[in-house]
Amino acid sequence: MNLLSEAIDWLFAAERLSGSSPVPLRIGEHLLYTFVAVLVAAVIAVPLGYLIGHTGRGRELAVGLSGAARALPSFGLIILLVLLVGVVRAPLAAVISFVILAIPSILAGAYAGFEAVDRRTIDAARAIGMTEWQILWKVEVPLGLPLLISGLRSAVLQVVATVTLAAYVGLGGLGLYIIAGLALRQFDQMLGAALLIAALALVLDALFAGLERVVVPAGVSVGRKGFRPTSNRRRAVMETSIESGRG
Amino acid sequence: MIEFRSVTKRFPDGTVAVDDFSLVLPSHKTTVLVGSSGSGKTTLLRMVNRMVDPSSGSIEIDGEDTSTLEPVALRRRIGYVMQNSGLLPHLKVLDNVATVPVLNGVPRREARQQALTLLDTVGLDRALADRYPSQLSGGQQQRVGVARGLAADPNILLMDEPFGAVDPIVRDELQQELIRLQRELGKTVVFVTHDIDEAFLLGDQVVILEQGGRIAQVGSPTEIMEAPASDFVASFIGADRGKRALSIRKTEHGFILVDGEGRAAGVLVGTADAG
Repeated sequence: MNLLSEAIDWLFAAERLSGSSPVPLRIGEHLLYTFVAVLVAAVIAVPLGYLIGHTGRGRELAVGLSGAARALPSFGLIILLVLLVGVVRAPLAAVISFVILAIPSILAGAYAGFEAVDRRTIDAARAIGMTEWQILWKVEVPLGLPLLISGLRSAVLQVVATVTLAAYVGLGGLGLYIIAGLALRQFDQMLGAALLIAALALVLDALFAGLERVVVPAGVSVGRKGFRPTSNRRRAVMETSIESGRG
Repeated sequence: MIEFRSVTKRFPDGTVAVDDFSLVLPSHKTTVLVGSSGSGKTTLLRMVNRMVDPSSGSIEIDGEDTSTLEPVALRRRIGYVMQNSGLLPHLKVLDNVATVPVLNGVPRREARQQALTLLDTVGLDRALADRYPSQLSGGQQQRVGVARGLAADPNILLMDEPFGAVDPIVRDELQQELIRLQRELGKTVVFVTHDIDEAFLLGDQVVILEQGGRIAQVGSPTEIMEAPASDFVASFIGADRGKRALSIRKTEHGFILVDGEGRAAGVLVGTADAG
């Protein structure tokens, strides 16, 4: 209880804004890494997922690879990539590992979104004279959007939690407080930063929930219940606190 | 006019859905393909707009071999109405109806204006124009499906069991609407069903199919009922069960018609001229 109030005191101390390591800067770094990683992952995974979903080919391979990738230990992956890519290019290595972690959810969201479209709807679209390209853009993409957004949402949460580890290879972000706090045994700082990361994750999640409402076509949500992979998201948030506790 | 010439369709798994099928479907008439599942009726229908390509033989539309035509362009000038409407769930009713004209390059405003008129044509309230398909009843969705099929003003309308999934009362309504529409529009309609009563009600020409698309009998409903070509046809149209073998029975108050099992089937109101 004492620790919690100390953590809150740490969070709201004046140095958080003016000190040598201001919180807004660290949040900015944290968000930058998150968005760059998710963006790059989306550029790779969305077209690939659409291709798999539209043709129905390569699904087994995608499921297998996604499953395997989800099981990758994020910390080990970062260290391995830093060693492979070189310590000088640590930011690159970190971003690559975040991208690898983000791809499975986005890929699954993209192809699951296409697979969820009623085959009869696609057949009808073809029968009235849509080209394959038009079926893709006018039918499959809008109807697959809810699941794609869900996939992006879990990817963002997974990455925002994992970016904490970037500090370990000297890249800043909110994890920096935790790593530094661990070395100095400043538990108020560690807990304060962990709370901050959890809050950031919740804010991003709320943003995506809003986005889902805005972009999902009305006719789709009228008839269908929203898809929420909560277990995955909760796990991502929980991992933050567990891993930050361990350092 | 649509003409099938020795059309065979063999699917990759080896099943022969249609074997050496030849038939002429006259223009501005309704031809109903009727048969049980496995008779190849849907395959035949889908070969008209090249959703399925024949393994051998050819299909001509007004003398033009469809295999020489580009499938997408061909489909856009043929109306298609399917079971469960096949509407796009994320588009409003009006945009669903306007889909094909928009694909064909008609400006959206104009296409939507035409679509409103089409809602009138199929007997739908214009107030439904801004609804999504999931907000409509099954019967209303089918009407939207018909409106969409008519939107590009095609000469040919393909209907694949369009009233198969609605309840009997609504089906009856939709069938009457189709008869009225066809009287006004005179399209070349190809209609697939497994319901012989529906076939006799709607068809100018009725084609009874056996397994593998073999024609058991072709003719007007009158011709088929007068002289079933085989035991299969007699059984299919129900003549053997006495459902259509009606006789007149005198009662205390007048005359009624009874079926083969002696149950009342209707009343006799006079003689109709053969039409």
